[in-house]
Amino acid sequence: MSESRKYPFPEIDSDICKGCKLCIEACPTNVLVISEKLNSKGFHYAEYIGEGCVGCGNCFYTCPEPSAVTVYLKDYVPEEVS
Amino acid sequence: MFLLPRRSLRRSPSFTGCNMEKKTVLRKPKGFIDVYKHKPGAEKDRTHYCPGCGHGILHKLIAEALEDFDLVEKTIIISPVGCSVFAYYYFHTGNLQVAHGRAPAVASAVSRANPDSVVISYQGDGDLAAIGGNNINQAANRGENMAVFFVNNAIYGMTGGQMAPTTLEGQKTTTTPYGRNVKTDGYPIQVCELINTFTAPVYVTRTSLQDMANIRKTRTAVRKAIMNAKEKKGFSFVEVLSMCPSGWKKDSLQSQQWIKENMVPRFPLGVFRDVSEEAETVERPVPVMDTEEVKKIFGYSDFKASTIQKNTEANFKKISLRVSGFGGQGIMSTGIVLANVGMEYGYNVSWLPSYGPEMRGGTANCSVKIQEDTIGASEVTEPNMIIAMNQPSLEKFEKIMVPGGALMYNSTLIDIEPTRNDVDIYKIPITGIADELGDTRVQSMVGVGAFAAITGLFDPEEIVSLIPSLFAGKPDKVLNMNEEAVRKGYDYVTENYSV
Repeated sequence: MSESRKYPFPEIDSDICKGCKLCIEACPTNVLVISEKLNSKGFHYAEYIGEGCVGCGNCFYTCPEPSAVTVYLKDYVPEEVS
Repeated sequence: MFLLPRRSLRRSPSFTGCNMEKKTVLRKPKGFIDVYKHKPGAEKDRTHYCPGCGHGILHKLIAEALEDFDLVEKTIIISPVGCSVFAYYYFHTGNLQVAHGRAPAVASAVSRANPDSVVISYQGDGDLAAIGGNNINQAANRGENMAVFFVNNAIYGMTGGQMAPTTLEGQKTTTTPYGRNVKTDGYPIQVCELINTFTAPVYVTRTSLQDMANIRKTRTAVRKAIMNAKEKKGFSFVEVLSMCPSGWKKDSLQSQQWIKENMVPRFPLGVFRDVSEEAETVERPVPVMDTEEVKKIFGYSDFKASTIQKNTEANFKKISLRVSGFGGQGIMSTGIVLANVGMEYGYNVSWLPSYGPEMRGGTANCSVKIQEDTIGASEVTEPNMIIAMNQPSLEKFEKIMVPGGALMYNSTLIDIEPTRNDVDIYKIPITGIADELGDTRVQSMVGVGAFAAITGLFDPEEIVSLIPSLFAGKPDKVLNMNEEAVRKGYDYVTENYSV
């Protein structure tokens, strides 16, 4: 992760995302959107607009795909630094 | 779409796990296998579930709890038949995939054999409420120490959306195209309510994946059930109302809405029972796993390996035998004794009974295999030997014999002649010989003796020496009569036939 990024933020694996939109519905600050682009499986994947995440974790817990969403919370320290 | 009140954010339980540090990242939990190596095909980085499927959410909540409570290594998950049949692709735990509906029965055994493990039975509504309906009731009633996660999506998802026991009144499925008619199909089964009628369960709850608030509640329930299993509190049952967008022919969000509007009225959410705090620890008899100890319990500790030598010049190298007759003629005994003697000789053996419901008087037959090679199927479909104790058996089984085989039949009770001329025929008054000895019940051993003479596989005196252990607990008079029967059967063949 780039250290200049502002925590918290979600990271969505665009290739694994199946585009079910549950995270978009669950996001309280509406900072997730569905991409115009398709991934390799033909799904319009979810993506983060880049700011406004409050780190509630809703997108992580509502996502049915175990590794599609990762949320780096406010106090996250990148592993290569720690 | 909607904004959650700030209170919800503050209370967000993701930061309030029991015995774990505050999380700084929410990522794929360690309860999952890193790369799904057991999953066939190229896509070992993702599940097979459809977009928006509730299974993935519940899987994640379970995997997270197992990681947080440090239980991944201690957990055994029993997966059902249904879409979650492949749960073992994903969970980094012990896994068993079992026959349809039987997860609670297998979980009971696993739990008792591994009392320190956390045992999870993961099932869908077709599996748990239909074919496995009795299994879940009995496990609940026994208060087995396990956590059951019951995914209720009101249809059979995997097979294409047929009516399930939990299908709602009026709900259209592929098998109820006009909607479930309660007059013909009955009513949706409310499983939590049913489980709650048993005395033993400690935690019974119904949650839903219909929105974030309820997913959070589901998370709490999952963690409680797993903690109960860890602390041996007994039977915890978590029903989760879950989306099946493909089966319902809706998108994910419509599916969540559908749960809210249609499922919840019939399946009210909430905790039906929670006595986890007061529950006493489940104590079961400690299973004995030590082989020597098990032998002692069953009285086998004195058993020694047999030293009987095989007859390398026997007429038969491989026996595929069908013994057949009336129930009560000792059909099964003949087969069991031959298989046991074969085992003492060091052969691979199998014995497979087949009989009607009657104890006596019906027809019965059994398959016996005795051979050097490993035995595949134990049913004998092409016998090279037949022992026919009555006429119907002769008529039935001589037809399926292979050419060159040996056909032994009980001439005391059978008036007809065999029709086959490409097999060796042995006409032996088996019942008559036994009757002369004083008890027709020893006819089974007459057959055993005759078998030994025809095949050359067994020495009659070796069989006699095994009789006390084969008939352990019988009085000497019975043993003697059976021994004599073996000798008579053997002698009859050697005196009347050149073998």
